[in-house]
Amino acid sequence: MNSYFKEIYDGGKSLVVGLGITFRYMIQPVVTLQYPRQTVKMAPRYRGHIDLVFDAAAESGNKCIACGMCQRNCPSGCITIKSEKPEGAKKKVLTGYRLDFTKCSLCGLCVESCPTEALEFSKEYNLAGFKAEDYVFDLLKRCEERRR
Amino acid sequence: MSELPEIFRVWFFVAGIMALVGLNAAFSVWLERKVSGHIQRRIGPKEVGPYGIIQPIADGIKLMTKQLVVPAKADPLLYRLAPALTMITAVMVFVVIPFGPALVAVDLNIGLLLIFAISSVNVLALLMGGWGSNNKYAVISATRAVSQNIAYEVPMLITVVTMVMISGSMNLNTIVGQQQNLLQWYIFPWNGSILLPVSFLIFFVCAMAETNRAPFDLGEAESELVAGFHTEYGGMGFGLFFLGEYGHVFVGCALASILFLGGWQCPLGLLPGIHWMLLKTYLLVYVVMWIRWTYPRTTIYGLLNLSWKVMVPFSLAILVLTAAMLKVF
Amino acid sequence: MSKLAADPAYETFVLNMGPQHPATHGALRVKLLMDGEYIVEAEPVLGYIHRMHEKMGENRTYHQFLPNPSRLDYLSAMACTHGHVAAVERAAGLTVPERAEYLRVITVELNRISSHLLWLGAFVLDLGGFTPLLYVMDDREQILDLLERVTGSRLTYCYFRFGGLYNDVDDDFVDGARAFVKRMRDKLPMYHNLISKNVILRQRLAKIAPISAEMCRKYGATGPVARGSGIPYDVRKHEPYSVYPEFDFDIPVYEDGDCMARYLVRMDEIEQSLRIIEQGLDKLPDGPVMAEKVPKIIKPPKGDYYCAVEAARGSFGIRLVSDGTNSPYRLKLRSPCFSNVSLFGEAARGLLLADAVALFGSLDLVIPDIDR
Repeated sequence: MNSYFKEIYDGGKSLVVGLGITFRYMIQPVVTLQYPRQTVKMAPRYRGHIDLVFDAAAESGNKCIACGMCQRNCPSGCITIKSEKPEGAKKKVLTGYRLDFTKCSLCGLCVESCPTEALEFSKEYNLAGFKAEDYVFDLLKRCEERRR
Repeated sequence: MSELPEIFRVWFFVAGIMALVGLNAAFSVWLERKVSGHIQRRIGPKEVGPYGIIQPIADGIKLMTKQLVVPAKADPLLYRLAPALTMITAVMVFVVIPFGPALVAVDLNIGLLLIFAISSVNVLALLMGGWGSNNKYAVISATRAVSQNIAYEVPMLITVVTMVMISGSMNLNTIVGQQQNLLQWYIFPWNGSILLPVSFLIFFVCAMAETNRAPFDLGEAESELVAGFHTEYGGMGFGLFFLGEYGHVFVGCALASILFLGGWQCPLGLLPGIHWMLLKTYLLVYVVMWIRWTYPRTTIYGLLNLSWKVMVPFSLAILVLTAAMLKVF
Repeated sequence: MSKLAADPAYETFVLNMGPQHPATHGALRVKLLMDGEYIVEAEPVLGYIHRMHEKMGENRTYHQFLPNPSRLDYLSAMACTHGHVAAVERAAGLTVPERAEYLRVITVELNRISSHLLWLGAFVLDLGGFTPLLYVMDDREQILDLLERVTGSRLTYCYFRFGGLYNDVDDDFVDGARAFVKRMRDKLPMYHNLISKNVILRQRLAKIAPISAEMCRKYGATGPVARGSGIPYDVRKHEPYSVYPEFDFDIPVYEDGDCMARYLVRMDEIEQSLRIIEQGLDKLPDGPVMAEKVPKIIKPPKGDYYCAVEAARGSFGIRLVSDGTNSPYRLKLRSPCFSNVSLFGEAARGLLLADAVALFGSLDLVIPDIDR
């Protein structure tokens, strides 16, 4: 008989305590951010899709030597590099860098394996598109745009 | 009011009650979303109108423009009648609720009995909706809801009988008239029986369980049974269930405020009127919503045990005690 | 299944908790044979999210497989990556510098806390309490912000490399982690008051679906499921790896074996992880985070290697069979959730549907881990 009343009392007390906790949170300010009117600044190391590092000193604007290490190391095969060796020049020149972001898993092996540190992660997070082609990036063109 | 022909009075109340039910649903939806938002440390709707006040209208328009799909093997009459029946019972009960000193549609001497008689038909609507949908999930949840509703009607009625004993009449307007200032409210223990606050608590919990509100919402358990008895309803069918549920919540809270908190009377006896009634009712509705967003769902056995093993003995004990005290004092 | 279902004297019906269901946390299908609201037989059907990770292991080099373990048990991605990296280091004989080992332990424990917090929110959501999910997201956001500033990702970190880490942490991380430990310690009593002591939740969880220690051993269940049934097995204590022997922590064990015991085990594990993080931050040595001579192309000697780690859900193991070339001959992933889900068939007999949902939540399954 005693335990019956004790059970009711303990149960009721736990319910009231719970109500008190939610009331305390109800009157406190909210912790959410009203996106898209307020945005968050991305951390410096945030992993967006990769981009060629813009190098003002180089003639081509980037540090890539078209060795193909990133293409070989990528587990998903997202990177396609086109290069050519102009007449009389000693080194290859990068003519096209195609990143298929639909397959990328942001592992960072390309950035790590580049011998000249020509790749970096961008801070792009606001990517929304209607077609798969929206996610195929031409990194050489993006680097040219940053030159301007 | 009494000089005008009766037909004007009838039309006034019909229009008023339909408007009240619609506005109540809209306001309750907005209040629920705001309350749940702030409990969860976010703001609720804010885009549509200032503080999201027009959001329920946008929701209503969305529900009305959806296609009404009837499942192929559903029972044609039961499936279509169930949401309408929920709505009908909710609206019919508004007829006897006194909103102000002279604002009651029909001043029935057995008003309290009418309310409970009609609300019981709500159980039938749930069962019809679940069975008519031809869906296993819906049938399971409808049977759960029926056993829950029947179990919680008993303590509610016993508590109401206690209140009728104390006030001496079943006419709701009379009951409100007897609670003129704050000290005469029936929730306080010195007004009839010493356990009256417990009575209020029992009534409030039973009202929540009757309307299938969390933590007693086994009928529409969202994460176990997809959506319970209204799984197969979309568009306005779901909208009608929704409206009916909020209507029943309003009626339950209005009844609690009439029986225990003084209805349209002001605590200090100054300006009685409909505003006090609405204020008290919506305060209780707010508490119902606050409770919904705090607790998890009970099990079916926990629910039935609470009713038969705790609520019924307590309400019977209070009934006997009240009778004894009324006889002695 | 069919023998009992076809028996006409026993009025049962088949309820399909299909691949799309709010309570199955992923694409898992459970075929339930029901008698009214009681479950007579339960049969989980797997394979809806099989992505052939083990096949990918055979076709890729060791370095190229690095993003894959994170995608298995994505809520405790750090621990799965740790298992893979530790297995390859064991095979190739690489030693990891001290600082890297300590940082690995700290980040794995932070990830364990975030996994348990999300489990808590989703579990109580299944039981009908909608708010703790959002309180939990607020706390989890702090962890994810910390780890984002270090690694760059929020859920599937590709942070460990063979021989150490991708990059080092700065003082902001240390200060942030200490602030988080203090904040979480203050929050845990609130969670206990709101959730654990709530009478409705106790009714929902106590004495529901008891799983005996014998049954755990039969199915090979590990992790909080086994510790909630009285088996005091934790890979961090019984087969220590990395620098876990240096830390002082307890493993919570409860004897009852019901849903409440498994719930309490995980809540206590959050407290123990906070202790480990504090000790790790105090003892963090200086030094490099990457071993000096790590070959660009790793070719471990021929042999059979196994490494197990304690993920948030149990013992996650990687078996590596190497034939001396630059990609494995066989890479077998031992997933903890696969053993845990096999308990469901036997433990769900005779339960109400609502209790089966509670059992499911307390087993803490992540379906991509089952199907790999």
